[in-house]
Amino acid sequence: MNRVIERTMIVPNMHLLTLEAPEIARKIQPGQFVIVRANDEGERIPLSVADWDIEKGTITIIFMEVGASTGALAGLAAGDSVATCVGPLGNATTIGRFGTVMCVGGCYGIGSIYPVARELWYAGNEIIMVLEARSSYLIYWADRFVHRAAKIFTITRDGSLGMKGHITRLTDVIHSLPKPPDRIIVNGCTYLMAHASEVTKNLGIPTIVNLNPIMIDGTGMCGVCRVTVGGTTKFACVDGPEFDGHEVDWKEFLARRKQYTNEETSYFRHSDPKPIIHREGKCHS
Amino acid sequence: MSEEKQGKLDLNRHDMPKQSPEMRRHNFNEVALGYTQELAVAEAKRCLQCKKPKCRTGCPVEIDIPDFISYIVKGDFRSGIKKLKEKNCLPAVCGRVCPQESQCESQCILKNKGAEVAIGRLERFLADWEAAQGEVDVPPKAARTGKKVAVVGSGPAGITVAGDLILLGHDVTIFEALHKAGGVLTYGIPEFRLPKAIVAREVEYVKKLGVRVITDYVVGKTRSIDELLKEFDAVFIGTGAGLPWFMNIPGENLNGVYSANEYLTRMNLMQGYRFPMSSTPIRKHAKVAVVGGGNVAMDSARTALRMGADEVRIIYRRSHAELPARAEESENAEEEGVIFNMLTLPVQYIGDENGWLREIECLKMELGEPDASGRPRPVEMPNSNFRLEMDAVVCAIGNSPNPLVPSTTPGLETTRRGTLVADAETGKTTRDRVWAGGDIVTGAATVILAMGAGRKAARSIHEFLTTGKQ
Repeated sequence: MNRVIERTMIVPNMHLLTLEAPEIARKIQPGQFVIVRANDEGERIPLSVADWDIEKGTITIIFMEVGASTGALAGLAAGDSVATCVGPLGNATTIGRFGTVMCVGGCYGIGSIYPVARELWYAGNEIIMVLEARSSYLIYWADRFVHRAAKIFTITRDGSLGMKGHITRLTDVIHSLPKPPDRIIVNGCTYLMAHASEVTKNLGIPTIVNLNPIMIDGTGMCGVCRVTVGGTTKFACVDGPEFDGHEVDWKEFLARRKQYTNEETSYFRHSDPKPIIHREGKCHS
Repeated sequence: MSEEKQGKLDLNRHDMPKQSPEMRRHNFNEVALGYTQELAVAEAKRCLQCKKPKCRTGCPVEIDIPDFISYIVKGDFRSGIKKLKEKNCLPAVCGRVCPQESQCESQCILKNKGAEVAIGRLERFLADWEAAQGEVDVPPKAARTGKKVAVVGSGPAGITVAGDLILLGHDVTIFEALHKAGGVLTYGIPEFRLPKAIVAREVEYVKKLGVRVITDYVVGKTRSIDELLKEFDAVFIGTGAGLPWFMNIPGENLNGVYSANEYLTRMNLMQGYRFPMSSTPIRKHAKVAVVGGGNVAMDSARTALRMGADEVRIIYRRSHAELPARAEESENAEEEGVIFNMLTLPVQYIGDENGWLREIECLKMELGEPDASGRPRPVEMPNSNFRLEMDAVVCAIGNSPNPLVPSTTPGLETTRRGTLVADAETGKTTRDRVWAGGDIVTGAATVILAMGAGRKAARSIHEFLTTGKQ
């Protein structure tokens, strides 16, 4: 049981969840994740950690509400608790002095790339941020990057902020720089990571992605998170979650991510009483 | 011993009542229903009370078998369970999942006549009788020593170590990575073979003795062994064999291909069969193949049937005679309608355009000369390829030890197989104040062997805590 300190919707459908988890806060490093279970009937879902506070003993997660399990988390309020919060799991981001590192974040990944950018900046790298969203109103935390990033680019699909278009505009971003970055790290949805990797592969820039497959235990036991990287099967939970984006079999990864989409969203489609009570006043039924 | 008994051997081994195959393949309730008191007494009376009981030598924890059986004959079940618990702290579990046919019962003198005493069923009877009485007796605890022990993993090895050391007066804390204690008893073995209420009862029992159980705590991640050693005087590692093997054949990452761990965990730990009341989904597949021939394979196949599959197959590369599963389990599976494709090896999985499994390509095998394991080696028959249309495959070919703890603990030596190096008699590892036992040391084995290892380690840890000698 971990107490909820805060749960706020920061942009539409995107939530910030701060949990009391002193031991995790003390141990966690950028790139790692936790597994959370909202209640006793809850599914175990892996979530990237976007920030932590060792003194307060808290961790902060940014997540998008996409189905029943994230729906249950979105219904939490300060003072409630989650049944499980276990971690930190997975390996930490490799931090080194690479030179110029471009950090690309989209969706929940704008949150989870933040500690990565922060740590890389501490290590003496020049940081270039790229934030991607469908529209300007879905961008959050941009202010957090201001002090550390040498440059912040924004790509929105409707062009309401920064460049207009998809993540493939990353090519233009890179070409606008005096020289290409030495390393690129991408956090976000599968499309974002897959397409960003495709772009950077053509440009020959090392690219690290933080994969987010389905998991159950998160400690190597179930094998549901397996992913083909460079022709071999890896378990994202213990071998990752970070991998070379140019080596990931994205087609397979995407198919595996969708295994339970039908079940996950079925609760939005029927009108039976739901075990989850929303407090935001949204209606999905 | 009466003359009558010596003169007339009772060779009528009493069957245990079971749910009928037609009925049980549609529910998740326990298959075997257990002896009634009458049946238990009748079966107990068949024990010859040998002067030199060989059954005891077949038991990894040396339970005083004739003695506990003699109490059943007298109808003194309370003394019987007490006797049993002197050596086995998980009788309700062992009475159900121990391979008695290759242990105690294989040594029974009546085995020669084909009518060995049903020791396992009697063990189960006593444990269930005790549970039905409500309050379980708590044995007296030694005075507190002030020494602290951390137990990593709450499976059979961990529970045994914890139960033994708490009675000796030490302060014991169990750390469990998952949200429910019990290890493989909770996530792996299905409800119809080992009801989760029984596992919960055993965990409650050690808690009642005073053991602290901390769930959702991954040792190696949340805290390392070295950090635990700062707070605890001794550490026991019982993290089990939880890293699933795959065959490394094409198509293994298609949707619909599961490790047995995933399939069973979704069902047992996460209660997937209750979806959407529980929130972890599990797919209902019409045609399911299970690769492997052990107990885990049988558990997976029988689970698939209960989930409503029309066709469930066991695909095993050797023949019926070599199936590693308990005879009882493969018979149960067969009765329930599982199809056995023996001498068959999957060579690739073929998917549809959306990445879902559609077909399995297999090869026919024949048995050759015995291999290192003593079993006949399966040899591929050239050009014998054939395909089976399937929606799902559960890969149940075994597990290696989980590397999380070894990989984060400097100085903790492992073997080539990834198991921890530990003394066979004491469980002592290559690190000071660190012991280990169960599947993490032996590789995937049985509940009772893990318990036996836990018991030996507890003895050694106690000696260290009281004398300082390691």
